[in-house]
Amino acid sequence: MTTTLLEARKVEKRFGGVQALADVSFSIRRAEIYGLIGPNGAGKTTLFNVLTGIYAADAGGFMFDGAPLDGLGPHQVAARGIARTFQNIRLFANLSVLENVMIGRHVRTRAGVIGAVLRGPRTRAEEAGIERRATELLDYVGIRGRANDRAGSLPYGDQRRLEIARALATEPKLLALDEPAAGMNPAERAALGRLIEAVRRDGVTILLIEHDVRLVMNICDRVLVLDYGERIAEGPPPEVQKDPKVIEAYLGAPHAA
Amino acid sequence: MHPLFDTKNSPRLVWAGVAVVALTLLVLPFALAQIGTTWVRITNYAILYVLLALGLNIVVGFAGLLDLGYIAFYAVGAYTYALLASPHFGLHLPFWAILPIGALVAAFFGVLLGAPTLKLRGDYLAIVTLGFGEIVRIFLNNLSRPVNLTNGPQGVTGIDPFSLGDFSFARSETFLGLTFSGPIKYYYLLLAVMVGILALNVRLQDSRIGRAWEAVREDETAARAMGINTTHMKLLAFAMGATFGGVAGGMFSAIQGFISPESFILVESILVVSMVVLGGMGNIWGVVLGAVLLSFVPEILRWTVEPMQRALFGHMLVEPEVIRMLIFGFALVLIMLYRPAGLLPSAVRKRELARDDDAA
Ligand SMILES: Nc1ncnc2c1ncn2[C@@H]1O[C@H](COP(=O)(O)OP(=O)(O)OP(=O)(O)O)[C@@H](O)[C@H]1O
Ligand SMILES: [Mg+2]
Repeated sequence: MTTTLLEARKVEKRFGGVQALADVSFSIRRAEIYGLIGPNGAGKTTLFNVLTGIYAADAGGFMFDGAPLDGLGPHQVAARGIARTFQNIRLFANLSVLENVMIGRHVRTRAGVIGAVLRGPRTRAEEAGIERRATELLDYVGIRGRANDRAGSLPYGDQRRLEIARALATEPKLLALDEPAAGMNPAERAALGRLIEAVRRDGVTILLIEHDVRLVMNICDRVLVLDYGERIAEGPPPEVQKDPKVIEAYLGAPHAA
Repeated sequence: MHPLFDTKNSPRLVWAGVAVVALTLLVLPFALAQIGTTWVRITNYAILYVLLALGLNIVVGFAGLLDLGYIAFYAVGAYTYALLASPHFGLHLPFWAILPIGALVAAFFGVLLGAPTLKLRGDYLAIVTLGFGEIVRIFLNNLSRPVNLTNGPQGVTGIDPFSLGDFSFARSETFLGLTFSGPIKYYYLLLAVMVGILALNVRLQDSRIGRAWEAVREDETAARAMGINTTHMKLLAFAMGATFGGVAGGMFSAIQGFISPESFILVESILVVSMVVLGGMGNIWGVVLGAVLLSFVPEILRWTVEPMQRALFGHMLVEPEVIRMLIFGFALVLIMLYRPAGLLPSAVRKRELARDDDAA
């Protein structure tokens, strides 16, 4: 087992005239919290979408856990061990909180139509396991008390936590979080930071898109900075923060929000 | 689950209820036969509609794929049976062999419809499925030349009833002093099939597969990101729904003894969709209720509208058929206004419609 979990090799993605990702390369070590930052429209979410198979890369690709991800669909990427959350929360809003997490277990369980219909001892054991694990995960992210509520009825911060629980249910090696702190108050952000660190301690590598500078500085081991789809800096947060190119991207350039 | 079926809190009561329902269903045909054998037949057709509604519910209710051509699978099942058990080709295979074949052929057609429409949703899917239903009907109408496959608009006649050795579902028989007419025999067979398919649906809904369908219905992108092969799940829904339609079609063929493309027109598809929506999309018991109501109410109206007019005015003012559709349509509109999630809404739909309350 190598120390590198994910390696991006010259990943490129265009949307018509927009170069969303230009020759982006980087590598993430196991059990690392790796930050991905950049001004609005820098290509961060696009990188997630290409990584998780929602879009195909125009050139380049990813090596994950010793094998390429090229050509895999999103469900296959999930099976390989990458789980994600979405910038614009995508829960199964009308299902219960518990069901959301149970659905996350799909990829690690087996029962098919025949198993479901006959419901033999094996299927029953599997179902019990799914529910048990889902409940544990709700506990883990701190929203177990809302298990039977409609997912869409949760407050914003709890919805973000639920998305993390659902992603963890797939037993990922890499958890990719797209702006998980968006819409949270400072106390919730601090708690989120602790949660992310706990997940890492349990052996899951984290790829984190985040605009909240404090959170990034506090928990990331290394940070990659994108601007107009290009990699402009990488390194430990304090160094990156001092990098003139980064400062310019955020402050000097007119397109920064 | 609907509180009515909350087996955890009052198991005794539930079993008592089940016993009452079972007993009622067992004696029902004899009670109906007292009014007239027609009513046994009407009940049999109602059960066929229940089977259809349950099948369509998998596609529409569980997986969230609007299918307006569902009756095509009923047609496929019906024609498969008719062609393999009638003088048309001189084939007379036993029903227990044809029903599975019909189910498989229908499942194949389900995948045939599902595969090209994987990327479509909502209105677009509805239009394509509607077209599919029409194409199947048009084929049935026209596949009489150059090779006479379906016998065109004349349809297929002389279709074999179900029989097992000497036991035929077409004959009347007296057993223990009770007269079992053909329709009554079919009733029990249909009842057994319905109970089986109901059990299948209940199990499927509350399973890994059922949850995957829910995920697809709620948010396909998120479902895929969670490792669900949405292509698979959608095709599975189409195939399973079609299978039930195919089985129902085979039974329809045998019971009726005659089929033609006329039986599989668009209105039939819409009727089945109405049953699902009115009863409560996604709620198995609601769907059953919807199918039973929409099967019986028009018949009851048919049998009451005419005598009532004669009694009131001495002669017929309005054709029963017209009044029937009028009352029927009005009732549908009322129900949709006052119970938008259906008569027995599914837990999910209830939550969905309560969304505004949550926000407040
Ligand atoms: N599906 C798409 N079709 C066309 N253009 C797209 C698409 N997705 C992203 N883009 C464009 O690609 C560029 C990068 O967008 P992306 O969403 O990756 O940025 P981001 O770094 O996540 O920004 P933000 O911080 O605002 O979330 C933008 O110019 C965006 O308009
Ligand atoms: Mg983004």
